[in-house]
Amino acid sequence: MTRTQGYDVEAIRKDFPVLARSVAGGHPLVYLDSANTSQKPRQVVEVIERHYLEHNANVARAMHQLGAEATAAFEGGRDKVAQFIGAPSRDEVIFTKNASEALNLVARVLGDAGTVGPGDEIVISQMEHHSNIVPWQLLAERTGATLRWFGVTDEGRLDLDDLDTLVNERTKIVSLTWVSNMLGTINPLDVVIARAHQVGALVAVDASQAVPQIPVDVASLGADFVAFTGHKMVGPTGIGVLWGRYDLLASLPPFLGGGEMIETVTMERSTFAAPPHRFEAGTPPIAQAAGLGAAVDYLSALGMENVAAHEQAITAYALERLQEIDGLTIVGPREPVDRGGAISFALDGVHPHDVAQLLDSRGVAVRAGHHCAKPAHRRFGVQSTTRASFYLYTTEAEIDVLAEAIRHTQRYFKVN
Amino acid sequence: MDVDALYQEIILDHYKNPHGAGLREPHEAEVHHVNPTCGDEITLRVHLDGDTVADVSYDAEGCSISQASASVLYDLLVGKSVPQGLAVLDAFSEVMHGRGQVEPDEEVLEDGIAFAGVAQFPARVKCALLSWMAWKDAVSQAVSDPKEQ
Repeated sequence: MTRTQGYDVEAIRKDFPVLARSVAGGHPLVYLDSANTSQKPRQVVEVIERHYLEHNANVARAMHQLGAEATAAFEGGRDKVAQFIGAPSRDEVIFTKNASEALNLVARVLGDAGTVGPGDEIVISQMEHHSNIVPWQLLAERTGATLRWFGVTDEGRLDLDDLDTLVNERTKIVSLTWVSNMLGTINPLDVVIARAHQVGALVAVDASQAVPQIPVDVASLGADFVAFTGHKMVGPTGIGVLWGRYDLLASLPPFLGGGEMIETVTMERSTFAAPPHRFEAGTPPIAQAAGLGAAVDYLSALGMENVAAHEQAITAYALERLQEIDGLTIVGPREPVDRGGAISFALDGVHPHDVAQLLDSRGVAVRAGHHCAKPAHRRFGVQSTTRASFYLYTTEAEIDVLAEAIRHTQRYFKVN
Repeated sequence: MDVDALYQEIILDHYKNPHGAGLREPHEAEVHHVNPTCGDEITLRVHLDGDTVADVSYDAEGCSISQASASVLYDLLVGKSVPQGLAVLDAFSEVMHGRGQVEPDEEVLEDGIAFAGVAQFPARVKCALLSWMAWKDAVSQAVSDPKEQ
């Protein structure tokens, strides 16, 4: 049964032509790699195509009709994203090239603004994607600040036991993932944000896996920055989003220098545009912004609460089916509670790359490796895992194919 | 693509029972190589006796292809002279980069011919080459900077 409350999964799968493909010599594609990148519906692709074929021009600086149309498409994308995430102002939505750039932007400009220095502390967690580790390591190196982190419990939850000592008067920045791309854990951001603000620290949230699958309202979340990417939420590659509190953004220096981010330029010096343009140097991802606007229209039409309910149901089903397999160990929470739609697992006697290869030979697309979360893997004593990740178009029948393909893998490698 | 072309019986045998695994003394060079895309790692030591590859020992973590490849490397290279070993390496890399079009020479590559199928899976070529690149690196260090025996 693949009818989720709110929308008909079989019906919406028709919006994604790639899902009807056959691969690996005739097997129907079972795409279980949506945490890596989601598939794109026709509605999004058509908006991008129409933009390039009928409205293409550069934005802001072109005084002709096409320039006005392109600007409207680009800024219209910003309006839609702002509304989708509950941003109090459209000027708080900065377009970047991806979530990594958004997080690097925050780390760079906070460093340039002198937010952290020697003796100050930056707090992250052991379950972060490398995009939310490396920029902070670099910032700590540049400024002499100290990097600290939350641990992860055996169950795969954020270890909050030392919250009050870890986040203290020396803490200037806390940057945390909302939903782990590897463990699937949904973190209780509210308690961390409350503690961080109590000690006067700023909070950045990596919402790359959250915005695609749960309703997000940045105003009620209470963080200072939220980063995510378009391609994981049925939108195009090449565009990411940084949301930031306006007063904070207005107080920060620019990120990259170039066109569009200035107010005026002389040979000696420049003054800078107000947010968001201050942080968007050069020709921005115009068609991608139009496409991202179409993506949030698509998600809004389904209803994010329905998408979240489907994700929850399909993940619960997958957790159950996978745990029936002898020799399969889930790395991350095993109960469908506060959990997103990514399940990483180890299979006794078969390396994850070999699992992925065998699944691929049955048409099942998963990811194998460290999923850009090497410290999280080390925490659980594994070098790599196989990850199946689900989205709004995933069906229970596909989970059944996955489970059978895993059993086939075990037979192929003669384990069990 | 036929997955059986990739997972030849010989490869699975070497994977289950790797030859020459473990780190041993003596050695003149030790290297650590990583495949950053998948995280496979190998620590590999080379012991030369004059011009002869007297031992190759290794500690590897990775998929069946990378593990089996290290095992085959051990069988092929220990006992050969360094120039002979480098010639085998060249023959192996040529097959690996041949996209399935290069016919492997069984005289030279022995069990290594089982990796010909890997060449049809571009994503796995690096797995097969990991230990070989580590060996090349270690040998060049051992030759250029021999430790006092």
